[in-house]
Amino acid sequence: MEDYSGVIVYGEIAGQKLASTTCELLECGRRLAEDLGHSLACVLPGELPPNVVEDVAARGAKTVYTADMAGASVFDAEAHLAVAMAAVKEARPAIILVGHTALGRQLGPRMAFRLGTAVTTDCIDLKVDPDSRRIVMTKPVYGGNALVDLVATTTPQIATVRPKAMTAGEPTSDNRATTVPLMVKVPTPQVVLRDRVIEEVVGVKLEDAPAVVSGGRGIAGPTPFTTVLKDLAEVLHGAVGASRPACDNGWAPEAMHIGLTGKIVAPELYVAVAISGASQHMAGCSGSKTIVAINKDAEANIFREATYGVVGRFEEVLPAFTAKLRELLAD
Amino acid sequence: MPELSMIVCCKQTLDPEAPPASFKIDPATKRMTLPTDIKPVIGQYDEFALEAALRLKASVGGKITVLSLGNKLVRDVIKKALAVGGDELVLLEDAAFEDSDSWTTAYALSLAVKKLESYDVIFCGRQSSDWDSGQVGAGLAELLGLPLVTLARKVEAIEGGLRIEQVIPDGFQVVEVQTPAVVTVTSELGNLRYAVLKGIMAAAKKQPIIWTPADLGIEPSEVGAAGRRLSLSRLYQPVKEARCEIVAGETPAEAGANLAARLREAKVI
Repeated sequence: MEDYSGVIVYGEIAGQKLASTTCELLECGRRLAEDLGHSLACVLPGELPPNVVEDVAARGAKTVYTADMAGASVFDAEAHLAVAMAAVKEARPAIILVGHTALGRQLGPRMAFRLGTAVTTDCIDLKVDPDSRRIVMTKPVYGGNALVDLVATTTPQIATVRPKAMTAGEPTSDNRATTVPLMVKVPTPQVVLRDRVIEEVVGVKLEDAPAVVSGGRGIAGPTPFTTVLKDLAEVLHGAVGASRPACDNGWAPEAMHIGLTGKIVAPELYVAVAISGASQHMAGCSGSKTIVAINKDAEANIFREATYGVVGRFEEVLPAFTAKLRELLAD
Repeated sequence: MPELSMIVCCKQTLDPEAPPASFKIDPATKRMTLPTDIKPVIGQYDEFALEAALRLKASVGGKITVLSLGNKLVRDVIKKALAVGGDELVLLEDAAFEDSDSWTTAYALSLAVKKLESYDVIFCGRQSSDWDSGQVGAGLAELLGLPLVTLARKVEAIEGGLRIEQVIPDGFQVVEVQTPAVVTVTSELGNLRYAVLKGIMAAAKKQPIIWTPADLGIEPSEVGAAGRRLSLSRLYQPVKEARCEIVAGETPAEAGANLAARLREAKVI
């Protein structure tokens, strides 16, 4: 175990730049490396858009591992697993950080089992224990009804980190990184891709929206999602989301699902309409700056989570709320 | 199309739908508890996994073995898997299995799978309904050297394998995999069917097969709490202050308008 040192981040690219989750991981990794007196490295798999290596360096990485993925898809976990294993073999890191993203949710556990070590998934905080010099990994459990602090007894220590749970740092210009190309043999995929269907989202992207208006079980049908909820979202220049019951009932597409197993959002304003506020839903929106709740049940858990609330039927509250907002925002 | 031999991993958990305020930690055991009148359940994602297996069985036929790990598993909870159409229930049940982490769970399950010999598909829920780790499916695939397809929303049998619709961000993809394979299932697949009376009666008569660590050929020290690779240092509940400001009005509509005005006043908008 002694010869394992350093923190390595498994990077992801989104829309021709570093994924925001990767920026958050790099800041967290930089802090951990500093506390341990270790150095920070980053893996950047596949074809890279310009300036990404420089960006990673400016965020504190001393070494950047690149790998030719031979055209493997961003969703091809087996190819990424091969890259990650090559990077670990080369870098022998003490700590591996992966985003709790579509890719990372699969990559983290598979890496851990392949390496014979442990991973803690969906972490919201990581810090160095000053006595043991191991990392204490904090993750929500029981759908967010509790938190647990875990320490791995095996090395490397692996964590997948929940997007938006940590803040990205500002890049500083003076750091330079050494680039190390990894020799990776991308395996013939065992899982063969036949077709891919992307459900186009019109308007503002949910994860980037400054305001999100979400509907839950109490909406009781598909229509409000395309009428009153959409109207409010438009006034706020935001996007419409939904809780899992609303998606499971087919009232809203899965792409709109916010929660533990859906998307994670952290807008300036989150309006929860007819949402009870189950912990599993709050896991997807608790990072929002202000949460506003509209619910007819005064005892609903959402009123424990919200800053402002109205107790009433959404059919009556929402149109007046939207109309008044439109008036105020027009001024 | 040949019949399929399927294994479904089901975990007994506390009911995740219980009111958030009813979850209480027992500090002595570092375990979460619910009031005794709230019965445990089969994890919700494991139920979707079971439904995936039942649909395949309905289309091509075959056998479903339900595998569960724990101690003092509640028979009428776990037997629901038989009541809805599972054929056989194998319980890894022993005090040594208590307080497992993802590693010890997947390791013990992988040995049970090997002991079962013939299988085409292993279904798991995408994650448990208590620890939400999402590791056992991936762990089984790695430990058994099998292909893994995660987040399945539809599973069909094809010649020599499976065709699966897999959820990806903002859409889905269609993939094909040869069997044997591990498949994790997500909520979009659909709810587990209800048990019919005939199924409940048949399940009541079936006895589960029980395996201990010795039956799997391992020491108790390799499973459960003793074999953990993640040590649990603290389980706690963050204190939440109820600080919601309720905006009122003569009518619900007026309250709505007042809410907008209050948000402006507070410079939220």
